[in-house]
Amino acid sequence: MSEGNLHLSERAARNLRKRHRAERRFRAYGMTAVALAMVTLVLLLGSILWRGWPGFFQHTVLLDVALDPEVIDPEGSRNPDRLAQADFLGLLKTSLREQFPEATSRRERRELTRIVSAGADLEIRRLVLESPGRIGERVGIEVLLSDDADLYFKGQLDPSEDGATGRLSSRQAGWLDSLEAEGRVENRFHTRFFQAGDSREPELAGIGGAAVGSLLTLAITLLLSFPVGVAAAVYLEEFAPKGRWTDFIEVNINNLAAVPSIVFGLLGLAVFLNFFGLPRSAPVVGGLVLSLMTLPTIIIASRSSIAAVPPSIREAALGVGASKHQVVLHHVLPLALPGILTGTIIGMSRALGETAPLLMIGMVAFIVDVPTGFTSPSTLLPVQVFLWADSPERAFVAKTSAAIVVLLTFLVAMNLAAVLLRSRFEQRW
Amino acid sequence: MTLALSLTLLALAALGYQLGSSRALAAAGGSPRSLHSRPTYHGVYVAMWGALPALALLVMWLVFAPRIEDAFVLGSLSQATLELPPERLAVFLSDARSVALGDIPSRPPSDEVLTASEQYRSLNRTGFAGLCVLALGLSAAGLVAARSQVRVELRARNRVERVATSVLIAASLVAILTTAGIVLSLVFEAGRFFSLVSFREFLFGLEWSPQLALRADQVASSGAFGAVPVFAGTLLVTVIAMAVAAPVGIFSAIYLAEYSAPGVRAVIKPMLEVLAGIPTVVYGFFAALTVAPMIRSFGESLGLDVASESALAAGTIMGVMIIPFVSSLSDDVITAVPRSLRDGSLGLGATRSETIRKVVLPAALPGIVGSLLLAVSRAIGETMIVVMAAGLAANLTANPLEAVTTVTVQIVTLLVGDQEFDSAKTLAAFALGLVLFIVTLMLNVIALTIVRRYREQYE
Repeated sequence: MSEGNLHLSERAARNLRKRHRAERRFRAYGMTAVALAMVTLVLLLGSILWRGWPGFFQHTVLLDVALDPEVIDPEGSRNPDRLAQADFLGLLKTSLREQFPEATSRRERRELTRIVSAGADLEIRRLVLESPGRIGERVGIEVLLSDDADLYFKGQLDPSEDGATGRLSSRQAGWLDSLEAEGRVENRFHTRFFQAGDSREPELAGIGGAAVGSLLTLAITLLLSFPVGVAAAVYLEEFAPKGRWTDFIEVNINNLAAVPSIVFGLLGLAVFLNFFGLPRSAPVVGGLVLSLMTLPTIIIASRSSIAAVPPSIREAALGVGASKHQVVLHHVLPLALPGILTGTIIGMSRALGETAPLLMIGMVAFIVDVPTGFTSPSTLLPVQVFLWADSPERAFVAKTSAAIVVLLTFLVAMNLAAVLLRSRFEQRW
Repeated sequence: MTLALSLTLLALAALGYQLGSSRALAAAGGSPRSLHSRPTYHGVYVAMWGALPALALLVMWLVFAPRIEDAFVLGSLSQATLELPPERLAVFLSDARSVALGDIPSRPPSDEVLTASEQYRSLNRTGFAGLCVLALGLSAAGLVAARSQVRVELRARNRVERVATSVLIAASLVAILTTAGIVLSLVFEAGRFFSLVSFREFLFGLEWSPQLALRADQVASSGAFGAVPVFAGTLLVTVIAMAVAAPVGIFSAIYLAEYSAPGVRAVIKPMLEVLAGIPTVVYGFFAALTVAPMIRSFGESLGLDVASESALAAGTIMGVMIIPFVSSLSDDVITAVPRSLRDGSLGLGATRSETIRKVVLPAALPGIVGSLLLAVSRAIGETMIVVMAAGLAANLTANPLEAVTTVTVQIVTLLVGDQEFDSAKTLAAFALGLVLFIVTLMLNVIALTIVRRYREQYE
């Protein structure tokens, strides 16, 4: 090492290079971390969308059905009650056999029936009940294909030789191909998915019931947690004497906000179901549990929003003779409202996505009917996702993902509303 | 029915508002200036008297009526039914009740159920009729009495505000009641569990197989309730989750706080927060359907034996879920480190990474530890991901490729589905819930204390 400048020596340059390499490495770690998180997010949303997109569509087949008066209405009475009892499944089978006369053995005929949905005969019934005048005609009816046939057209199911190992035999696949060649098969947007309740058959199952259940439950949640949350926040910020008692309440609220959601489910089970004897699976109980869970979020958001209103406004109102309550009601609350509403929407969106506590209070039942009231048994969107995810039918994978897409759409909409509300109305003092 | 009654009461209250405010105006001779309180307050005062006592009565009826009805029905049951074991008797009563409400029961009701349901129905009808008369009478009496009090000097505002204050106080007590409810219900049910299974066996037993209880008379004796494998499984999944979330979360926080351009930060930070907003059931679906098979096939290509519901899949995805909990809190504490500390270090010739590692991070350490503890508590209490992607069998293993079970999974499997509520099996869920509550509570308290103390340090 020469006597020259130590900072220009070879050793110093080496050291500097090393330090700069470390710097770049460190920076790369940070970028990798962010990239990893982003990639996972994209992968997650992408895989859900990719799997869920076909779930919004369903293949149908156009069948020529002879509405044989001998089968539907042998007495010729045209009595709707009598018509509803008729053997529509038989009509459907006849129609399919006319289409494929080569299916003769029992087994072949059974396979033939299975290419259309188990609810296809109900379509014929609906048509007959709606227009009894067409009895005796030969009509074209579009019925849903079965879930396996639908998957076959979507390219997600390969037929097997005998139909025993796979879910679709090559014979069935041949029939489906010839139906398609005749132009009878259509891929249609599946509106039933948005209207129907749950079903064991993927092509008949829908999220309508779960969506209504979610709506009813969230209505209860909002109705209970918003007024109570705002009132509690107002008391703690504006009226409560500062001291041990308020500290205790505050610690309490902060801890409640971090209690695992499943514990609220246990609370609901022990208190609402077993002690008060409220009905299982009812939106009313779900709403109660979720509102206890959302309450801390709303209180915390409301408190910070109320605290952000400058004291000068309170003093001015007090100065012109308003009472403490009038100050809060006429001045503080209106100014704090955007922040309170933002917090409420965020709390509601969290409640919408919550599943675990609802499992505890029996909202996981298999419920076919769309709920009609606050005490009728129902499921919710995330619970429906959970139920379908457990289902062995292949076609439910697409349905589950489609339900998730709907759920995420609601969540995005709510969060966007919160962001807009905040940027539009929130004032900085 | 009750809805109609409440709406009637609200209508009466509206009428009371009208009565009160108009009478106040009339008493003041048309000009409100001589009144102590504005006419609105007089109106609200009368309306309050019209609605609140009657609504309180309604709530009391809703809470107590079922119990009173039960007592009456029990009094007229046959001796044979009364001698049924308590849980069968409860089933009998709930059957009778549901028939009375017009529901279709799951099995055809016996004659005695039908008689009991008939009795329920008549009791309910009489009770509700009585309630209606009483509530409407109370409401009308309240309206009349309050209206007669309306005078120029009535301090209506003060009275209304006093009631409003007590409503506010009641609302702030809900949080305390919730905590008390959680603690009481968990402690009470767990206490019943520990009267069946010893405390020591639960905390230190090495075998967990609550599903073995086949016959009702051997409930407590056959199932094994040693929770150590469940705790170990929870620990394993949590460790895996933190192994993902801690480095990714902290490094993203460092990058966002120290390196990224403001524009990039404004895009990335909300996107990270999206990760926290995705429902956990979605993560569970993703873990079970996409990640677990991926890990399995990758492991098999290496010649490893991977369970289809491996702890690794559940843990990794749970780690992704809690990244934002780590990153946003850490980001906050890193940005809270005073500028002067950084400037000092940079001025001495340290590179940015050296400044971060040797100055910023040590200063922010308490806050980062707090955020990690909060994330751990989040991971322990997380339910849906593990329910969908981790297993049910309680394996005592540290191998992340095997299936393990967690506390939350066990709570869900023990309680989902209709069961008698008195078996050790269902009560075990509450004991697990109590442990979960205590552990997460301690973590939260410690974390919040650390974070708060740290904030004070730099404020």
